[in-house]
Amino acid sequence: MQKILLLGDEAIAQGAIDAGLSGIYAYPGTPSTEITEYVKRSKEAKEKGITARWTANEKTAMEIALGMSYAGKRSMVCMKHVGLNVAADAFINSAITGVNGGLVVVSADDPSMHSSQNEQDSRFYGKFAQIPILEPTNQQEAYDMARYAFDLSEKLDTPVLMRITTRLAHSRAGIFRKEDKAQNKLAVPSDLMKYVLLPSNARKRYKLLLNHQDHFEQASNESGFNFYIDHPDKKLGIITTGIAYNYLLENFPSGKVPHPVLKIGQYPLPKAMVQKIYEECEELMIMEEGYPFVEEMLKGFLDKGKPIHGRLDGTLPRDGELNPNIVGKAMQLSVNLDDDISEIVKARPPKLCKGCSHNDAFTALNEALSEYSKGRVFSDIGCYTLGALKPLESINSCVDMGASITMAVGAADAGLVPAIAAIGDSTFTHSGITGLLDAVNSNSPVTILILDNSTTAMTGGQDSAALGKIEEICKGIGVQEEHIKVIKPLPKFHDENVKVIKEELEYQGVSVVIPRRECIQTLNRRMRAKHNKKVTQQS
Amino acid sequence: MKRDIILAGVGGQGILTIAASIGLAAINSGLHLKQAEVHGMSQRGGAVQSHLRISSEEVYSDLIPQGKADMIIAVEPMESLRYINMLNNEGWLITNTYPHVNIHDYPELETILEEIKGIKNHVALDAEQKAKEISTARAANIVMLGASLPFLEMEINQIEKALFTLFGRKGEEVVQNNLKALHAGKEIAEQYLVRH
Ligand SMILES: Cc1ncc(C[n+]2csc(CCOP(=O)(O)OP(=O)(O)O)c2C)c(N)n1
Repeated sequence: MQKILLLGDEAIAQGAIDAGLSGIYAYPGTPSTEITEYVKRSKEAKEKGITARWTANEKTAMEIALGMSYAGKRSMVCMKHVGLNVAADAFINSAITGVNGGLVVVSADDPSMHSSQNEQDSRFYGKFAQIPILEPTNQQEAYDMARYAFDLSEKLDTPVLMRITTRLAHSRAGIFRKEDKAQNKLAVPSDLMKYVLLPSNARKRYKLLLNHQDHFEQASNESGFNFYIDHPDKKLGIITTGIAYNYLLENFPSGKVPHPVLKIGQYPLPKAMVQKIYEECEELMIMEEGYPFVEEMLKGFLDKGKPIHGRLDGTLPRDGELNPNIVGKAMQLSVNLDDDISEIVKARPPKLCKGCSHNDAFTALNEALSEYSKGRVFSDIGCYTLGALKPLESINSCVDMGASITMAVGAADAGLVPAIAAIGDSTFTHSGITGLLDAVNSNSPVTILILDNSTTAMTGGQDSAALGKIEEICKGIGVQEEHIKVIKPLPKFHDENVKVIKEELEYQGVSVVIPRRECIQTLNRRMRAKHNKKVTQQS
Repeated sequence: MKRDIILAGVGGQGILTIAASIGLAAINSGLHLKQAEVHGMSQRGGAVQSHLRISSEEVYSDLIPQGKADMIIAVEPMESLRYINMLNNEGWLITNTYPHVNIHDYPELETILEEIKGIKNHVALDAEQKAKEISTARAANIVMLGASLPFLEMEINQIEKALFTLFGRKGEEVVQNNLKALHAGKEIAEQYLVRH
């Protein structure tokens, strides 16, 4: 059989397709986006009638997937790590309801914060919800685990969390596919009270979840994703989780590590295996990508057992992603850690594209605000967050999706008037709408710029749920029509745009200004596709 | 056979296309491979790199250990220097000399080229100009791919096949231009090696 070359993300997607997936739901977020994109692109998925959809946010994605699982079919929901914060309510409670069709939640962490606000470790969410967690080591395992996850979910009546990190998500390797499974038939749960989490029922369901913990651990022992590689040199025993295993093997010829190694890929931790390595070895080293999740558990609060090395005692750095050199150094091998680069090499940070509409919107905003004191623009997450950097320096916050409007309301309450919010179209429908309702209900003196480039640009141009709906949404929520203004962010309209923004800044209530012009990237892509089509038709 | 390759450039310059071409060729030649890419934020005109590892043996880490890369293929001269500490003592730097200036403190090109000349094994060429001669500047990445061929230890027809696969849907003309760019890059590198 031929190997196919897939990103870790794509391997998960293909694994799910081959496991009889019926629906995949997601809100885009680096490094998880390519999972759903792959299913959306896949001809096979189309032929099989698999639903693949971008949703308004991660919570709605999680709930839609839960609904599909309720109806007996296998569903997957994907997000970046901070997306799991948004989906958390549904996620944690889905552990109590259990599943009908297999339900797999993929959360992609971003250690070192390549494209994120933090490097939170999703394994804590899995533990919090008390459900099984799978953490693949490589692309083949990502494929195999996605398939296994659905079986496990149905067998043990639980959602399963798959946790990956940037390096695996965005690294390609050849993988072998396995046989294809048919989709489940439509079937509501046999127990129709199962999903009704009234306290009396929730208490019963929760007991069931607790009783399941042993089964979850048994699965961790039996699945083959956790294994012990013995070695006579027991001065040190090494526990790796996820891709840390690769970095360890990389440091030894032919991957032969001169100590016992316990490779973890499935949680809850397999207690017997952990006990064995702890008892047989004099000291332990824990290597994990992310927080010291396993390390903290083994070390315990009082740290009275054998020496355990890892991120907590400084053997490995406390933050940031691992790599072969960091791991080599922890193993006291001689490695090159020389980070010096020539001083003529300058930083080249990301920036707004040439011709980006956000640039013109911020230029107008800067001028409109020139008479006011600085520090009153609350912003959000998207390409426009780059407006914080030189030369624009237009915005003063970026915390979590949707926070711009609500933080502006709070600042206005405190007396910072006018307070301004700058939020993208996709972020607005993700979680800005409820905040706008708060603003309207309190008649806050805030001016909200909804930067409408008609796409979710930051993550590569996925459809925006806001498309063609923004004015109607604002009106429906109660923003007065005469204070909803659409402007076209182009240099030639600069003076006009400044005037509009200035007027709205003076208004002592909620006003919305919508700078609207298509993202230059999606525009170029459309033009190129049109051109290619013409060319291939001609030839 | 083992080749650990760092690809370097600026978001939008097409280093992932170079990676995909070599990657496809490698997998079709039955080699093991891992290729770590940068997606997301930095693709917006920032510095980007990709780690490409090809081997007849199993590849473990997605990342190349520092100081172990066999070659750096850079589509931009300043970016070629950013990852120099990744290169092993016998490693090759293959770089474009045409600068992509999108920062205010971009150094003097002369200084950059001097520094490149100081690197033991290197090939430096103006891929932009060559690509323009053939078709458009967009093919500069493929010229650089061609320039890396003398060091790749891979069959050129496998790389050509990969270009067919990757560019086929853009029409015959695009495919042909890319093949020309590939061969032009290869020739320049070969001549460079004879001269130096
Ligand atoms: C909870 C959460 N989900 C997803 C992301 C990833 N993310 C960051 S920005 C963004 C897109 C924002 O799109 P939009 O608001 O339209 O702005 P644009 O990038 O188009 O300017 C996404 C999906 C995130 N940071 N947090």
